[in-house]
Amino acid sequence: MKATVYVTIKENVLDPQGNAVQGSLQTLGFSEVSKVRIGKYLELQLDTNDRAQAEERVKAMCEKLLANTVVEDYRFELEG
Amino acid sequence: MKFAVLVFPGSNCDIDMLKAVEDTIQQPVDYVWHTATDLSEYDAILVPGGFSYGDYLRCGAIAQLAPVMNEVRKAAEQGKFVLGVCNGFQILTEAGLLPGALIRNNSLKFRCHPVELKVENANTAFTNAYEEGEVVTIPIAHGEGNFYCDDETLAKLKANNQIVFRYNGDNPNGSVAGIAGICNERGNVVGMMPHPERAVSELLGSTGGARMFASVLNAFASQAKAGAANGAGAR
Repeated sequence: MKATVYVTIKENVLDPQGNAVQGSLQTLGFSEVSKVRIGKYLELQLDTNDRAQAEERVKAMCEKLLANTVVEDYRFELEG
Repeated sequence: MKFAVLVFPGSNCDIDMLKAVEDTIQQPVDYVWHTATDLSEYDAILVPGGFSYGDYLRCGAIAQLAPVMNEVRKAAEQGKFVLGVCNGFQILTEAGLLPGALIRNNSLKFRCHPVELKVENANTAFTNAYEEGEVVTIPIAHGEGNFYCDDETLAKLKANNQIVFRYNGDNPNGSVAGIAGICNERGNVVGMMPHPERAVSELLGSTGGARMFASVLNAFASQAKAGAANGAGAR
């Protein structure tokens, strides 16, 4: 089973990197870009077929390591 | 009083930290590798700066899971003194020993220069040799030193007097409330972005950090005295 994890900076936390990229996109003429937020994308290969268990364990992985929930949100998808 | 300077793969301020202990207070100090599973012989644990584990995932995220960190947690619970500087501060927040998180500087720049710090709390184990409100010069060197916490946590930090240092004047990284360093509720665990170990001699440009080492020696002496008094009382 594969888990795809997205870690994003919380909405109320400043993302200076995203702001810089937004500025550069505007410099390139993409003036419609009003906001950029940068996050992380992780692919985990799981040796299990138990979806319910995978759900629970990936959540624990996010809480314990993959995201710092003080400043980041996470969501994930399971396939296979 | 015996000091441990933790060393993770990628630590790079460990030598400065060890020398600062030797030069300022002449106490025994050892390097302790991140795989260590016993810190019982040490009275203070110093977590130095650097780029532990290459800052993979997040600064301090991998280091907080090193075997030695369980021992640091135990030491903190026992009331031993723990100081995290720069990456060491990031590790202590990731480990949950201190609240909040350190994110990218709002300027996106790695800032490396002396800063003025205002001592907000002169009652911690690491600041008792300073005056409250005193301004000291200590250098910073970080790209991710922007302290963040939510409003509720900030209110708690203020209420418990856990803000130890604030930047005086210019805020170099965008940190909440100009915070440069904080402590836990008990005051025995302190984390800060500026590097006191780089400010222990006029030859280095400032002696502003030297009294942090003198402070912890004071704290240890009064702890030992209190312990002896309690012991005598119990008998």
